[in-house]
Amino acid sequence: MNDFRLMKGNEALAEAAISAGCRAYFGYPITPQSEILEYLTDEGRRRGMIVLQAESEVAAINMIYGAAGAGARVMTSSSSPGISLMQEGLSYIASAELPCLVVNVNRGGPGLGTIQPAQGDYFQATKGGGHGDYHLIVLAPSSVQEMAEFVYDGFDLADRYRNPVMILADGALGQMMEKVEFPEYRVEDHVPPKPWATVGKPPERPANIITSLHIQPEKMEQINLRLQEKYRVIESREVRYEAIHTDDAEYLIVAYGLVARIAHKAVEVARAEGIRVGLIRPITLYPFPSGPIRSIAKKVAGVLTVEMNAGQMVEDVRLAVNGKAPVSFYGRMGGVIPAPEEIVRELKTLAAAHPHAQPAETY
Amino acid sequence: MGQDVVDAALEQMECVYARPDTLTDTRFHYCPGCGHSVVHRVIMEVVQEAGIREQTIGVAPVGCSVFAYNYMDVDMQEAAHGRASAVATGIKRVLPDRFVFSYQGDGDLAAIGTAETIHTCNRGENILMVFVNNAIYGMTGGQMAPTTLLGMKTSTSPAGRTVETAGFPLKITEMVAMLPGTYYVTRQSVHTPNAVRQLKKAITKSFQYQKERKGTCFIEVVSNCPSGWKMTPVQSNAWLVENMFPLYPPGDIKAPK
Amino acid sequence: MAKGTVVFDIENCKGCELCIEACPQDSLELSPRINAQGYHYVVLVKDNCTGCTNCALVCPDAVITVYREKKKTRVPVARISGVTQNITVTIDEEGKPS
Repeated sequence: MNDFRLMKGNEALAEAAISAGCRAYFGYPITPQSEILEYLTDEGRRRGMIVLQAESEVAAINMIYGAAGAGARVMTSSSSPGISLMQEGLSYIASAELPCLVVNVNRGGPGLGTIQPAQGDYFQATKGGGHGDYHLIVLAPSSVQEMAEFVYDGFDLADRYRNPVMILADGALGQMMEKVEFPEYRVEDHVPPKPWATVGKPPERPANIITSLHIQPEKMEQINLRLQEKYRVIESREVRYEAIHTDDAEYLIVAYGLVARIAHKAVEVARAEGIRVGLIRPITLYPFPSGPIRSIAKKVAGVLTVEMNAGQMVEDVRLAVNGKAPVSFYGRMGGVIPAPEEIVRELKTLAAAHPHAQPAETY
Repeated sequence: MGQDVVDAALEQMECVYARPDTLTDTRFHYCPGCGHSVVHRVIMEVVQEAGIREQTIGVAPVGCSVFAYNYMDVDMQEAAHGRASAVATGIKRVLPDRFVFSYQGDGDLAAIGTAETIHTCNRGENILMVFVNNAIYGMTGGQMAPTTLLGMKTSTSPAGRTVETAGFPLKITEMVAMLPGTYYVTRQSVHTPNAVRQLKKAITKSFQYQKERKGTCFIEVVSNCPSGWKMTPVQSNAWLVENMFPLYPPGDIKAPK
Repeated sequence: MAKGTVVFDIENCKGCELCIEACPQDSLELSPRINAQGYHYVVLVKDNCTGCTNCALVCPDAVITVYREKKKTRVPVARISGVTQNITVTIDEEGKPS
């Protein structure tokens, strides 16, 4: 306890994976997250983890499928282009209901893009990403501490719901160094039995089959209905967010990850200038904290969503707000990080346009 | 003959061949005469006779044998198209004491899954890869495969495969035999009783080598596709000997001394 | 009396004829009748089966069970000693000397 270490976000995440009982890691190098693979190859292997550098992200995610299906706690990590390559496998994993942890250290896109931090993968992460109707549980850390903490949470959620969990970070969180404290975590208290896993068929049970193929449409619909039911449970139980200065807020900023930290600074600056602004930081991007945003939106004169993309989470914010307040958006793209002053400026523009709380039907 | 006569006759007899318990009772969905189910059965015979059912995990592909797990009554995973060997790698790495085999057709293993195939073999993953080559995409309706012979007509090479448009048939088994990670690479078939006996020996050896952690064992089974080739099963096996074997000759390509 | 016999799970036979092709005794034929799947199924038509298992080996549908005559056990019934060498006399199960 209270054993603070100064670590890069990627390394803290990797260290957490080891102590969270991650049995195997399969991955492929890509900037800005290669330290995860490197750290696990060294420190992870030393502490008994199976670490394999695959021939591609496509192979890596399918190794995850196999190993997760065999009952092991498993993880992969990549960055945006590599995560795109994994989408087919993630769809299979979600459909076959295999628990695993996938880390996306988001970089600027589209295409090969840049290696700088971005949030352009929000849609891909939260709306499924691959083919078919499914969701990952998506956790968005905003500090090196959370890069570590969410690994434990991520594995636990994955096992609890038999669902892939994604940690959606960005290049800055992966590369920056901060102090981090690792929690006490007894792996054996957290890994449930997995009687469905393919480990070899004993005489007393039927063969275990891991598959996403159900050729009869009625059966496939049943599978879908069960998945949707699970997602409703996740939505009702697992929403996480942080609310800062929202009690007396006249304006609300919604931002996640690294941008939420910058927005927090902007909130302080704005408050010093007399603008009563609060901040909601979604921690789970799926399930999205629509309820909390909606209830605060009813009381404010305007909502500003700030992201490092062209406006993705803002769509979920608009759905949550549902016309109760005007929603504006400010984003930087291509690996550019917004400064607090830019956010304050956008806030002032919003405040000038909407000086008082408006009746709902106006919007 | 009445049933009592049959029973009386059978009493004087002993059973020398029966469907293995390691196959389910499910009727195979394959077309009449298809070699896939023979390969399924032979793998399961070996698993039964070796007594390794509790330690065996299979990986099914995408293609005609996508439902392989409906028949082979062992723990199995269904892989995405081309990824069976990556899935098998994941299983084997976390369960190194189990017997793991992948089962793929030519499109799965030698087209969309080429990278996984090569790298699994090159890492010397300690698994058995079974590769059923019938030179056609059966499940999707008879399109050209990477192993389709030159001149062979398919729905996407209606005038016969030409080098100009489709290149050459891929002899991927010879390719993987060149990789140091493979320990035993052989090409077999199931078109005659003796061929089936040989395949069984090859599979038995492969599981033994896997137990000894020798590296990747790779068995190509040159097989037929009566429906895709538009022949009767008997004709298709004759055609296989005449046309497939010259390019894909049966026998060991790489065998331990 | 044939040395062997085969039993077919006719409902799962698809009439592919590969067993007929593989049978060295020409003992098999397709039945003129069809099964519930609509296939002519294979039947044993001669009393010359040797139980060689060839048909079952190539059967894609694993519908063939093969039986073979039990090996006769030979039990010693008398022992004569004191001659230039030992002589063993046996009879088979039916009591015939052999």
